[in-house]
Amino acid sequence: MPINKVLPSFAAAVADIPNGATVMIGGFAGPGGMPSNLILALRNQGARDLTVISNTAGLPGFAAHTGQTIINQSVLFENKQVKKLIATYPVPRSMSQISAFMKAWQAGEVELEVVPQGTYAERLRAGGAGIAAFYTPTAVGTQLAKGKEVRTFDGRDYLLERALKADYALIHAHKADKMGNLVYKGTSRSFNVHMATAAKVTIVEVDEIVETGELDPEHIVTPGIYVNRIVARPKERR
Amino acid sequence: MKQPMDHETMAMRAARELQDGNVVNLGIGIPGLASNFIPEGRSVIFHSENGVLGFGPLLDESDGDVDLINAGGQFVSAMPGMSFFSPADAFAMIRSGHIDVTIMGGLQVSERGDLANWMMPNRGIGNVGGSMDLAAGAGKIIVTMEHVTKDGQMKIVRKCSYPVTGLACVSLVITDLAVIEVTPKGLVLREVAPGYTAQDIQAVTEPKLIVAKDLKEVSL
Repeated sequence: MPINKVLPSFAAAVADIPNGATVMIGGFAGPGGMPSNLILALRNQGARDLTVISNTAGLPGFAAHTGQTIINQSVLFENKQVKKLIATYPVPRSMSQISAFMKAWQAGEVELEVVPQGTYAERLRAGGAGIAAFYTPTAVGTQLAKGKEVRTFDGRDYLLERALKADYALIHAHKADKMGNLVYKGTSRSFNVHMATAAKVTIVEVDEIVETGELDPEHIVTPGIYVNRIVARPKERR
Repeated sequence: MKQPMDHETMAMRAARELQDGNVVNLGIGIPGLASNFIPEGRSVIFHSENGVLGFGPLLDESDGDVDLINAGGQFVSAMPGMSFFSPADAFAMIRSGHIDVTIMGGLQVSERGDLANWMMPNRGIGNVGGSMDLAAGAGKIIVTMEHVTKDGQMKIVRKCSYPVTGLACVSLVITDLAVIEVTPKGLVLREVAPGYTAQDIQAVTEPKLIVAKDLKEVSL
């Protein structure tokens, strides 16, 4: 039997995510690279007490066209499904904008771990690379270094940072073949490419599914062994 | 007549620091404007944390492509020689010294070049983004900010009272009133906005300034 990881619906792809799961959500911040349909399916599915690992908690209007509505992580906070967020940029830039996450955080409903973005990227990479932890110079001497081991190499201080792993990763790619080989488009590669490797189950929302063999092996960014489930966006929602 | 620099002028002054061939990362706001003022005859390569090198000028929202943005969420243009890669690669470039210059905003800069720019203590929550990685790894760090806060509090201080982003990392501060270099001996006042004297700048700067022998008015 040829390998075929394509599922018929976003709902089917997220149906088994249990309460208490750790879920990575890909993309950067705007609609480009955001697995919006998978996020919506997870909201509708209703799993609670989730730990969400995501660059942002949903930023209204970020890198979107004027008037464009973006479905992002905010819907999970509105629906009170998240108990902890690990992020680099959790709140809107302007203090006058109040996001769903901000409200939940102010109400004490959700715990927050803020991570410098490069440390976050490397923790994801490590999580998918069998590396337990690493030393980085970022954040030495700041409040984000609290409680972390400091070690000096060649006269410079570094912090020990742990890998990030998850039960599920919800990501977006431009194209997949049926084996799950992925290619991305422009800056929408972003954290999707790391999360694909760092979760037990990686679920991909793609613009287009092609037959195995149609993607040039020289261009494949994420090899299919990292991918478990693929769902295509309906044409009108690409 | 005293004439503070507006944001465009600050960005123009910051852009003069960019040398031909530099790999440059620009923060959100005034730093981003600097991309419009690269001096004639110099070509620089722009880097962004989300995983892109070599992009061109900013685009209007209506012209933008959601798959081609910078880390500040602005639409940028495609250029010959542009490349895409992962965020882990983007930050590997930063930490390993491959980014020559970064221009960032600031909330406070201390006498020894400590930078605070990621969290307003009264908000209780902050967006760190890539700021701490840039503070730890970029070659030259230029901070553009207003000289004092809206309610007149000094932002160039002996010691940062806001949560710091990085220690002893800032090289140059460009404010609406002055250009100040961070040196091992202390802060050196190099340039002043039109009509300002060294005394005027000292009056709104907490640490003692060393006035450069060739102190001059900002020229662009």
